[in-house]
Amino acid sequence: MRLSKFEPRTPLNAGERKTTSAMIASIAPEGVATRNAPFGHTLARLAHERPGIVGLTADLAKYTDLHVFAQEHPDRFYQMGMAEQVMISAAAGLAREGFTPFATTYAVFASRRAYDFICMAIAEEKLDVKIVCALPGLTTGYGPSHQATEDIAIFRGMPNLTIIDPCDALDIEQATEAIADHKGPVYMRLLRGKVPVVLDEYGYKFELGKAKMLREGADVLFISSGLLTMRTLEAARSLEADRVSCAVMHVPTIKPLDTAAILAAARKPGRLLVVAENHTIIGGLGEAVAGVLMREGVTPPFRQIALPDEFLDAGALPTLHDRYGISTAAIIERIKGWLG
Amino acid sequence: MADPAIKQMPQFGSNVGIAERAYRIRRHAVRMGEVQGQGYVGQALGIADVLAVSYFHALRYRPDDTLWEGRDRFLLSIGHYAIALYAALIEAGVLPEDELETYGTDDSRMPMSGMAGYTPGMEITGGSLGHGLGIAVGMCLGLKRKKSDSFVYNLLSDGELGEGSTWEAAMAASHHRLDNLIAIVDFNNQQADGPSRDMLSSEPVTDKFEAFGWHAQRVDGNDIEAVRDAFDTARTLTQPKPRIIVCDTRMAKGVPFLEAREVTHFIRVEPDEWALALKALEQGRRQ
Repeated sequence: MRLSKFEPRTPLNAGERKTTSAMIASIAPEGVATRNAPFGHTLARLAHERPGIVGLTADLAKYTDLHVFAQEHPDRFYQMGMAEQVMISAAAGLAREGFTPFATTYAVFASRRAYDFICMAIAEEKLDVKIVCALPGLTTGYGPSHQATEDIAIFRGMPNLTIIDPCDALDIEQATEAIADHKGPVYMRLLRGKVPVVLDEYGYKFELGKAKMLREGADVLFISSGLLTMRTLEAARSLEADRVSCAVMHVPTIKPLDTAAILAAARKPGRLLVVAENHTIIGGLGEAVAGVLMREGVTPPFRQIALPDEFLDAGALPTLHDRYGISTAAIIERIKGWLG
Repeated sequence: MADPAIKQMPQFGSNVGIAERAYRIRRHAVRMGEVQGQGYVGQALGIADVLAVSYFHALRYRPDDTLWEGRDRFLLSIGHYAIALYAALIEAGVLPEDELETYGTDDSRMPMSGMAGYTPGMEITGGSLGHGLGIAVGMCLGLKRKKSDSFVYNLLSDGELGEGSTWEAAMAASHHRLDNLIAIVDFNNQQADGPSRDMLSSEPVTDKFEAFGWHAQRVDGNDIEAVRDAFDTARTLTQPKPRIIVCDTRMAKGVPFLEAREVTHFIRVEPDEWALALKALEQGRRQ
């Protein structure tokens, strides 16, 4: 439903307390263990061992956790100001001189504003630049200017670029180390601030380019990445009580895609395959998986949980996650509906 | 001249003057243009004097080791000027002269638009205009980290000044006090759709760069002595600022019948005219 211009999008009921939007709202549910700034702390630690690492930001050090690195290594930190194009070009120049730059901004600015610079100055030459971006998908209530709902669709078409969508603090820490080891351009989506720790109980280890089966199940196979792996794990636990058995495969590397693991899981008969992602339904993990399945002639029942192909509303994050179907409750409801 | 690296440079001990180098660069470019029958020959002829000063007076490099760490970096952000840089690299001994016949042909090391992965001596991939100065900023930061005394030169065009990213880079360069950066603007007042000043004027260029914190000079880019002096000033300046040399050049300089054309951004030349062009260059040759 689209309301007319300037009309309140939800009715204003007297006395009702509304939740508010916040730029960097925590995505951690209450009571869940968290770690603070996993990217910033990991990079700061790695930099002690690797003198080639330098950090750049476009006026968003604090909001991408790069300030932790900057405080520990002030001489290796470049504040480039509110200028994403030169930040990316300068990162390319530093890589040309043998350094390993980590450049941070919001996902919207990297994908929309700096695209040509990432493509031609970095990816075409396979330069060793890591672009690490906060506010991926729907992780802010600020509306379309800040919601990078299509960043993966934008970047998937770029040759040579590795794309990472980690799930929790553990994943971010391990992925940061892995991409520092990997020679070549990387785009990583970042959850920042207090980031939940959920994968520790699954014996998980991040491996670049590998999908990981976190839990097995007979009725539903979730294939998910990023924030939505947290949600599918929660949904799977909850659905267990309703005797719905769900497998969850986490795919932190969107490109190159672990097609072998995906195909092997999808070939197991009798399961509804549901790809869940914090991204528009266009051009993300869902369509990537669908393409692999079609090309190989593997055709299980297939559904997608993803954001709609729309500019999304502003508001409070929990409201929006419910509204657009990526909250745990919304996922559970849809699974039940699909299973009948 | 104490630096042993200087002895590796082609001009060391050579009696060939810069003007003769410029003539030969023009000649190589015209011969490359003939391969395709058309192209960015006007730009190459216009910038030949600046390239001759760059490669035979200012730059430190080794023709047989284009990735030598001690080199000055020359970044061509205007990829379509590749024909001009190939001509200079041939003259500098980086590329063999007989390879010019492959210019723009299948599987050539000399594609129409310059790319770093194709050609020795081509430091960056140019062509999406507005990238070069930003990459130069990063390379200058990197060289300072390595305590290198090398310079980064970036050849831009007047049309490229229309790109906002160039001005982001201009701010970053002065903010970070990049005194190892020398930008050169080829101001030939020609871009794809017409005169640059009528498309999106960047004038007054030197005032703008000075306001951005740069040391700026403007010279006749076809006056070799003036260009050489400007390069010397830029290199020896002690102010902690990036430097820019705006070079007013004449498109197709050295071939009067091409100079006289109104539209010279992408020149088409009749087959019989290439010989006439070479002859015109020969006539204008300064010994």
